[in-house]
Amino acid sequence: MLNPSNKSTKPQVARTHTLPARVGVGLKPEHFQEILATRPDIGFFEVHAENYMVPGGPFHHYLTRIHECYALSVHGVGLSIGADAPLDIEHLNALAVLLKRYQPESFSEHLAWSTHRDVFLNDLLPLPYNTATLQRVCDHIDQVQAHLGRRMLLENPATYIEFVASTWNEATFISEVVRRTGCGLLLDVNNVYVSSVNHQRDAHAVIRALPLAQVGEIHLAGFAEQVDGNNDRLLIDSHGSPVAQAVWDLYAFTLGLTGPVATLLERDNDLPAWPVLLAEANLADRQLCAELEEVNT
Amino acid sequence: MSTQTAFAQALLDAELPCPTGLTTWNSSDPTLRFSVYRNNVMVSLIDALADTYPVVQTLVGEEFFRAMAREFAQNNPPRSAVMAYYGRDFADFITTFSPAASVPYLADVARLEMARVMAYHAADVVAIHPQVLQAALAVPEQLLSLQLVLHPSVHVIESSFAIFSVWAAHQGAQSALAVDPDVAQTALVYRDGLDVGIMELAAGSGTFVSTLLIGQTLAAAVKAASSLDPEFDLTNALTLLLRLQLITHLKTGDTP
Repeated sequence: MLNPSNKSTKPQVARTHTLPARVGVGLKPEHFQEILATRPDIGFFEVHAENYMVPGGPFHHYLTRIHECYALSVHGVGLSIGADAPLDIEHLNALAVLLKRYQPESFSEHLAWSTHRDVFLNDLLPLPYNTATLQRVCDHIDQVQAHLGRRMLLENPATYIEFVASTWNEATFISEVVRRTGCGLLLDVNNVYVSSVNHQRDAHAVIRALPLAQVGEIHLAGFAEQVDGNNDRLLIDSHGSPVAQAVWDLYAFTLGLTGPVATLLERDNDLPAWPVLLAEANLADRQLCAELEEVNT
Repeated sequence: MSTQTAFAQALLDAELPCPTGLTTWNSSDPTLRFSVYRNNVMVSLIDALADTYPVVQTLVGEEFFRAMAREFAQNNPPRSAVMAYYGRDFADFITTFSPAASVPYLADVARLEMARVMAYHAADVVAIHPQVLQAALAVPEQLLSLQLVLHPSVHVIESSFAIFSVWAAHQGAQSALAVDPDVAQTALVYRDGLDVGIMELAAGSGTFVSTLLIGQTLAAAVKAASSLDPEFDLTNALTLLLRLQLITHLKTGDTP
């Protein structure tokens, strides 16, 4: 099937791995058996890399069988690309082993940090956007792509605070990272919406300012809502509810600019039964199919 | 101190002030927004422990469990991004957590539940055919140095309390009221196909398996088991290990 290059000294890695321009769903152990039994018409599944950094057992058993039938996206949450410290080589090696084993169609990580010294904080934490952090993030992505011998996608974050030390806006920062490293963009439309509300940005302008030609995947998810100290809306990227209408609208707007792109429905908390998740995924698939028809006419 | 150091410290210690250098579009106090991160980190760690230790949580109640888990997480944050094994030392913490002292078997139940997670994710290794073992046992000159290598999912938890019965009582198998916790029990944890099996072992069999697990010879394991439990029956113990497909290799003195 795929033929990933083993070694690459250049960050610019050919796009030999691509997800189909269909809807995908985050794969959860609760749904393993039902997916294999019913073989739903889904474009791909996505897993969190760290959940599969275990020697054996049911997780590998089911993922192997599911990947025999579906394209696979491996999505890391623990590489800490935005950390102000060197990358963890042991973690990179574990990623390399996992990617070699499954040969997924996509590998992605976050513009965030999650480790400090030897502590893993289990959350995607924000970083200031300035010349120093730009250099560090680019160095880390160069190292990841060289080590893994493949192009990665970088996901834009959902954030709750901003930094006095930031001198770039987020979209320009991400565009520069993508330009310098040759990585692709995992455009999380929910994150754009959440951050836009939280920081009073124009979500449509943010989308337009991102490097849309390099989008390899889109993420959709639900958010939770609170208020901040001034009683203004504060959205939380909770992955625990259906996709909000405002995010569906922003997704339609995005697809109009990017054309059909592999789109993942993410759900990590308050997991519904498989048919409920599948029905929600089909909503995204309908938008994708409409976009495909438009492209083909 | 770097920005990330201050940020990380304040995430884990709610007593510390919100880090400096944060800003908000509406000039609202960044503390409230920072607390979203604080909450994300702590709740995710407590949830991870709750996933691994469901019976411990049932035994002490959700509110007590979450308070205990918070205390643990603040002082023992994860050291790896592989969260499946987070809280491996939770049982040791429980033995030192004085509010839990009224449930003396709690720590051993926690050991059993962590062994269950380890067994679930252990490497896949094929068992030997029973005839291979029979053939090896038929060579008297090899018997003294023969070692049985067990499946990587195998764990033995020895306790002064009825941890197997307590655990089983929370699987809907029997009534929790019927369990007398003050009876010593040994539990065998292993992978059974795509599930994890947990069963009670006689004390001698428990010692037999745990001696094999530390790489001692079959002869040493028999000796240890028999000195603990004169009733220990080697044939029964071997039959059990073969039936559960837990013997994966044989080693003798000359085959390292």
